[in-house]
Amino acid sequence: MRAFTYERASSVEAAAKAAASNRDAKFIAGGTNLLDLMKLEIETPTHLIDVNGLGLDRIEKTPEGGLRIGALVRNTDLAAHDAIRKDYSLLTRALVAGASGQLRNKATTAGNLLQRTRCPYFYDPNQPCNKRRPGSGCSAIGGITRQLAVVGTSKDCLATHPSDMAVAMRVLDAVVETVRSDGSSRSIPIAEFYRLPADTPHIETELEAGEFITAVVLPAPIGGKHIYRKVRDRASYAFALVSIGAVIQEDGAGRVAVGGVAHKPWRMEAADMELANGAHAVSAALMADARPTEQNRFKIDLVRRTLGAVLNQARS
Amino acid sequence: MAATAAASLAVGADNPTRAEPNAKMDGQNRTRVTLSVNGKNHDLDLDNRTTLLDALREHLHLTGTKKGCDHGQCGACTVIVDGRRINACLTLAIMHEEEAVTTIEGLGQPGNLHPMQAAFVRHDGFQCGYCTPGQICSSLAVLEEIKANIPSHATGDLAAAASLTPEEIRERMSGNICRCGAYSNIVDAILDAAGTRA
Repeated sequence: MRAFTYERASSVEAAAKAAASNRDAKFIAGGTNLLDLMKLEIETPTHLIDVNGLGLDRIEKTPEGGLRIGALVRNTDLAAHDAIRKDYSLLTRALVAGASGQLRNKATTAGNLLQRTRCPYFYDPNQPCNKRRPGSGCSAIGGITRQLAVVGTSKDCLATHPSDMAVAMRVLDAVVETVRSDGSSRSIPIAEFYRLPADTPHIETELEAGEFITAVVLPAPIGGKHIYRKVRDRASYAFALVSIGAVIQEDGAGRVAVGGVAHKPWRMEAADMELANGAHAVSAALMADARPTEQNRFKIDLVRRTLGAVLNQARS
Repeated sequence: MAATAAASLAVGADNPTRAEPNAKMDGQNRTRVTLSVNGKNHDLDLDNRTTLLDALREHLHLTGTKKGCDHGQCGACTVIVDGRRINACLTLAIMHEEEAVTTIEGLGQPGNLHPMQAAFVRHDGFQCGYCTPGQICSSLAVLEEIKANIPSHATGDLAAAASLTPEEIRERMSGNICRCGAYSNIVDAILDAAGTRA
């Protein structure tokens, strides 16, 4: 790990300002992903801004009937919250499908959204990776790709977004609230928050340098059956090969997003519109532009089958 | 190898081979922190990079907490901070000013074992024992999490109270790896300890 200086931020504005004054600074909250990457010198901040003292750890009702989740609400607390497990149970299910009890106790809502890919080439500093070192090349292309993305990929990157929580947030149309380094605030719909890799895979979100996430807002509950189904290589504590988050209404309409297949939670309006026509139609729409490798072609079938299981569960 | 490198870094904070080129930064790369471990306060002046795990082992010489993977994948470093289990390897010591840290040494000692430690002995919940301190800290927190009705991936009805079943224990303990494969005895030990505590 490289040496760094450290400060405890006293306010959101001070944190954003501190980040703006040093381009090599990073915010640290739970730290479960950042410190892991710092040990491997994949992340090399020269300054850490500890934001754990800022509060932002409450879940409050919004005037619109939804919930505002503070950026520092721990994954455990979010999953266990009464209103979440009652009205947004998809989110609870996604959270408890991810990581371990120890990690969920530290990991925060904002940090979960911002966690980096687990592509093995990103994690191996000895290999070229456009995400880690822009312009160095993508070792995954022509490499071992079983876990990697099948849709929205580019000639420069095959990485997936690893978060389960983000898949649920995408289904629920969450909104990310931020404060920028000039003190101004804005709201970013989760649909617009993540970027596809294109030729800049190192730029993963729409956040500007120093921009600080203060909360994630859920719109009013939409009812329906909430299902999160994750398929992985072992029964617990593993990243998804494919995961499906869905809210299905009694008439068969609904929303669906897929994890483990792309650089971001993968949801398409055209696919949602096919829900009444069954899993084949929905997965055909979702995977229409897929460009799998020989090693991860199975994910296309797995999306269809997992979706079939989800729709069966919704009907039962 | 990575684990060894991290350990030596934390101990040899002033190792000249790893010194930053910008020497004037050196004074700011350390932070004073008061760690409260097993009810006792310790004033430390630490390299900012020192993980809670390295602070416990290398600075406070509490070597019951083990370093396995040093990346949050094995759970051997599990300790309880302010009542919650965390991976001590994935958190900086300086981020725990005046928080209450409990390690395996704080639970019980030879001759005066914690009921969970006694249950692990009774059920052969280990072979080599390397993962055991983490397993025991984790299992105590698991029982508290079930009491607090925190859901898990094994929880059926989210509206019902979390239950103490073998399936729940297995799922909730999945962040603690045992390479000897003592898992079934660990589950038995936890269920037994939960019964004696009830």
